[in-house]
Amino acid sequence: MEVDDCDDGARWSGRWNHLQKILERNGPFVHPDFEPSPDILDFMLNSCKVLVVGAGGLGCELLKDLSLMGLRHIHVIDMDTIDLSNLNRQFLFRQCDIGKPKAEVAASFINKRVKGSKTFSHFCRIQDHDSSFYKQFHIVVCGLDSIVARRWINGMLISLLEYDEDGNLDPSSLIPLVDGGTEGFKGNARVILPGMNACMDCTLDLYPPQVNFPMCTIAHTPRQPEHCIEYVKIFQWEKEKPFGDIAIDGDDPDHIKWICKAASTRADEYGIQGVNYRLTQGVIKRIIPAVASTNAVIAAACANEVFKLATSCSIPLNNYMVFNDTNGVYTYTFEAERNEQCLACNNTPRNLSFKPDALLREVVDFLCQDNSLQMKSPGLTTTIEGLNKTLYMKNIPSLEAATRPNLSKSLKDLGIVDGQEVIVADVTTPNSLRFKIKFNDDVTSS
Amino acid sequence: SIAKMGEKEKKYDRQLRLWGDHGQQVLERARICLINVTATSTEILKNLILPGVGSFLILDGGRISGEDAGNNFFLDPSAIGQLKAKVATELLLELNPDVKGDYTEEDLNQLLDRNPQFFQCFTVIIASSLDVVTHKKLAALLWKHNIPLVTCYSYGFIGYMRIIVREHCVVESHPDNAHEDLRLLDPFPELVEYIDSIDLEKMDKKQHSHVPYLVILYKFLQAWKNEHGGQAPKNWKEKKLFKEKVLQGVRINEHGMQEDEENFEEASKQVNTALVESKIPENLQQIFNDAKCCNISENSTNFWILANGLKQFVQNNDKSSLPLRGSLPDMFSDSESYVKLQNIYKTKAKQDIDLLTSYIRDFGAVNGRLSDQEIKRFCRNASFLQVVRSRSLSEEYENASQSILDGLISEGDSDAIWYVMLRCVEQFYTNFSRYPGVKADDIDIDVTRLKNCVQELTRSWGVPGLVEAMSDDYVQEICRVGAAEIHSVASYMGGVAAQEVIKLITAQYVPIVGVYIYNGLKSTSVSLNV
Repeated sequence: MEVDDCDDGARWSGRWNHLQKILERNGPFVHPDFEPSPDILDFMLNSCKVLVVGAGGLGCELLKDLSLMGLRHIHVIDMDTIDLSNLNRQFLFRQCDIGKPKAEVAASFINKRVKGSKTFSHFCRIQDHDSSFYKQFHIVVCGLDSIVARRWINGMLISLLEYDEDGNLDPSSLIPLVDGGTEGFKGNARVILPGMNACMDCTLDLYPPQVNFPMCTIAHTPRQPEHCIEYVKIFQWEKEKPFGDIAIDGDDPDHIKWICKAASTRADEYGIQGVNYRLTQGVIKRIIPAVASTNAVIAAACANEVFKLATSCSIPLNNYMVFNDTNGVYTYTFEAERNEQCLACNNTPRNLSFKPDALLREVVDFLCQDNSLQMKSPGLTTTIEGLNKTLYMKNIPSLEAATRPNLSKSLKDLGIVDGQEVIVADVTTPNSLRFKIKFNDDVTSS
Repeated sequence: SIAKMGEKEKKYDRQLRLWGDHGQQVLERARICLINVTATSTEILKNLILPGVGSFLILDGGRISGEDAGNNFFLDPSAIGQLKAKVATELLLELNPDVKGDYTEEDLNQLLDRNPQFFQCFTVIIASSLDVVTHKKLAALLWKHNIPLVTCYSYGFIGYMRIIVREHCVVESHPDNAHEDLRLLDPFPELVEYIDSIDLEKMDKKQHSHVPYLVILYKFLQAWKNEHGGQAPKNWKEKKLFKEKVLQGVRINEHGMQEDEENFEEASKQVNTALVESKIPENLQQIFNDAKCCNISENSTNFWILANGLKQFVQNNDKSSLPLRGSLPDMFSDSESYVKLQNIYKTKAKQDIDLLTSYIRDFGAVNGRLSDQEIKRFCRNASFLQVVRSRSLSEEYENASQSILDGLISEGDSDAIWYVMLRCVEQFYTNFSRYPGVKADDIDIDVTRLKNCVQELTRSWGVPGLVEAMSDDYVQEICRVGAAEIHSVASYMGGVAAQEVIKLITAQYVPIVGVYIYNGLKSTSVSLNV
């Protein structure tokens, strides 16, 4: 088939032969909506817009995969710059690119190698764009290492959903989210149809909150080299300020060396062995092992789903695949279920039961510690007698100072009544979440 | 230079945390031969070059076509008509200056006939899109020399990988959930002596609340044994009772209230994992029974010399205990007690290593073949050793695996069906010198021809009912994709196959034996011991 294309060198005979067999022929396993036609490739090449979130291990692979699968209008967003330790897997980067923005280097490499590609880069945070930006895409793919960022994108795509008066979802407002994640030899790929199947927040229990060492172990009874490193990080750095009044930079070898030395001294005092540079950096940066192969596998599984969603040439993954190749090669594919309680994708406020004399601090702690919420720094507002009232706001220093005393007040004293609606904002979502405080007289709050 | 070493360590930091400096060293010495340039095969090579494989050689005399340049990231459209091997080598080498690479356009079949020793210098050979005759010839040669062959390609939404390796021994299999080696049920004298020297009653409040759970469990175990004719708690019910007893050990303060003692809580939680009988695991028993373990000579590999030493260690001791692993999980404790306990385990592990070393003095230890590091690593991993052996390609083709055939009949929609279909595609290619459905006009006739191949193959296997159990949909799908290699499947297989090659090179983690099939239609996959 012919594709209108004025770019030099982007058209040659046979270029899309492989894809055309898939897109221009009917088969027994296609999606019911699929009608083979040259128009599908035309849509891929000239209209379909995809956003790749993250230009790291998965992002580099995704850009290659999607471009070679016929997608040419790709945007890629990443706030990071290139580090030497990226080069063992982020194959669009070279030694001379160290320090440059990942998104920019990745996009220009793809545009150079895959003729006709118009990859557009965004060297910024995902929060720097608003809904008008995210709205323009047909599909969003995430290759991130941060759960908070994933949840934010998830929340953004849910906020774009539109419903008619009868509450029916307008399908044209739905942007599918394909998400991949890796850790060492393990990974997962999933397809989220916002508002239709399990969203990121529905399955938060799949990402257990990070476990920290107990403070008393770090301070008084260290047993492992990690305990000694944490001690230096938490207590000694602040006290001794070896490089002045600055935060630890995990990429600064001088910082890591200093911490390593101090931790070794502490370890020696207790007869603990095993503090070394690599472990120190691993603990300080919370490094997750990573290898080229797993990134390739998971990104490819995601790209395959993007291809299916864009073309209907096969039925998309429903909806979650896990991968592990430590012992043989293992995959498991299953349908993650929606959580009726999920605040991100259900329109109804969730009930929270507390005693009337529970402190506001307990509510805040609950929002952070509950497995299905896992908030980071929730801000709480409510309406009392028709007036907006900020209960607690951590992210704005002046407001934080003004509302901090509220943490020690009881809900009753703050004027909260049974069934009161509380609006919560958090970095894990671009949307405000609604909760209803239900008073109970039980001993335990849940 | 030292500066260069530091740079390398930084560059490979994220993977060194998976296979260590010693794994990296082996990887950097490995030589790979890649036969035939396809999107799948260059992706495999990419994922080996990035982590720093030693060197590669690409063998392919073919020239770049329009469709080659369309699905392969390492073929440049401006070089259409040039040698695939040359262009791929150049673009792949850009990925990592540490890696050496070259290519040759020599013909594979001619090499196999006239210069078979050509292949002997490689650590692993990777092949893509081979016809079945050449595949068998290559596999037979490599089998003879015990060089692993990894064959991998993508076909429509299906990915295929076959690992043919005569014998592959893994010391560091890195199991995901290994039990700890604590020996509470069969303690060694130094541990008994230490724990017996501790008197929980005489401790002050702080000491009592910081006793490691290991000590607590051991003490309560002795008490239990005294009341139960020397037997440890065996079943679920007894263990439940035992846990309760442990929790009753929490100190009662002067107000008659239980103190807050986290260590006792931890002890009761660890009962199931800590009270495990030492025994020789199945995989190890098989290794001990292996002829290679029994008959050691100068020609034996280090693995088998060590396995023989391990066997002697077990036989000459109590027949069920392996060398102590010597590591201790973290547990609630004061630093001093924990470190003391840790050193007791470490010292005992060291003694066990010395003992095992004494058994292999004749062959390994004294003449410098085995380093102390290697012996230590072997002892630490004694219960996780794995020997992997695949069947040869000729065995696979002459004698189909019964378990796979049974599985196909009982489970109609298993991905194993794609293995059968790809075998039929090979037969189709042998018959017609082309793949089915490459031209749209041929699809209908090719469907009929491919069905015949299915019937022929299943008849040769002698499994009545297999053809009936297979839906025509699979034949239809194979023909409609017309041997298309789409990049998502190529890239997926490129990742999977590269990691299997790294496992074969480093002898860490466990590779599959036989065939791996990826089904991109459903995002599922299956391993088949063909």
